[in-house]
Amino acid sequence: MSGDPHKLGRGEIAPSERGPAPKRVVVAYGFWIFLLTDFIMFAGFFAAYAVLAKATAGGPAARDIVELPLVGGETALLLASSFACGMAGIATAAKNRFWFQIAMAATALLGAGFLALEAYEFLHLIGEGHGPQRSAFLSAFFALVGCHGLHVTLGLVWLTTMMAQVQAKGFRDEILRRIACFSLFWHALDIIWVALFTTVYLLGVAG
Amino acid sequence: MSDQSDLDNDRAPGEDSGGVDIRGKMVTYIVGFLLAAVLSIASFAVVHSGVIYGPGIPVALIALAIAQMGVHLVFFLHVTSGPDNTNNVLALAFGVLIVGLVLIGSIWIMGHLDHNLMPASMPAM
Repeated sequence: MSGDPHKLGRGEIAPSERGPAPKRVVVAYGFWIFLLTDFIMFAGFFAAYAVLAKATAGGPAARDIVELPLVGGETALLLASSFACGMAGIATAAKNRFWFQIAMAATALLGAGFLALEAYEFLHLIGEGHGPQRSAFLSAFFALVGCHGLHVTLGLVWLTTMMAQVQAKGFRDEILRRIACFSLFWHALDIIWVALFTTVYLLGVAG
Repeated sequence: MSDQSDLDNDRAPGEDSGGVDIRGKMVTYIVGFLLAAVLSIASFAVVHSGVIYGPGIPVALIALAIAQMGVHLVFFLHVTSGPDNTNNVLALAFGVLIVGLVLIGSIWIMGHLDHNLMPASMPAM
């Protein structure tokens, strides 16, 4: 009516007269804050890695252990998984259980493929005697990459739980909120992976 | 999801503009996916192709990574500059500030410490 002639995405109720935000917004916002603190925790691991990257103690440096085709495969799988998670979000908005389960299954398979490649990489390195105990660089490498891998693993547990909950309970309000939080979590992991493959792998080879 | 009363509320993080336009939503994700794929491929290509002057490669890689994170935020997490997104963007900005302080502060200070603790290369006083 007055004050805001363009009504920039707003209705006509003054902020002071609106009630509390709906639970959907409050829950997602709280989870958003958690994700940002998770980024801050990752920043600690990234900082440790950046400081220790040259401390190889006579062992292999980053350029000696990086296999770029493997990292490219991991990147492709995780990006496709993030896309499939977006499709699951669309199916959720459309309340379509069938396509939700298909998209979530695709998300899970692509995420599991990512983890399989990472597990192969870790076991291969440890098998060659380049385990985390070899040098400060490798400790920081395993801590940083492993922390991301742990997040993906927990995400897979959450993902399959959501598939089961939707199957058993349908798209109830609390289930919708959990799906929204899971989707935030999964996309955030892909953002961290972008920082990770750039700093650890590509800068390791190039720098 | 987007009835009239919803216009008065902020948008939840990760929430799109609402509505039932499935095709439009899919187009958003497909565009985001393609942009992210192009930026990823560019990152991997830059390392070995020799297209970019050698000492400039790290800067190019960092620029590509920041661009790709932006693509993810806009197309996958639906962060916008709209007034219903102000809270989400402010929280994100604060997170980015702390991440930047932790990263730059650690690298800076530890670099100086490392430089000051090099007995092997110090000339005898």
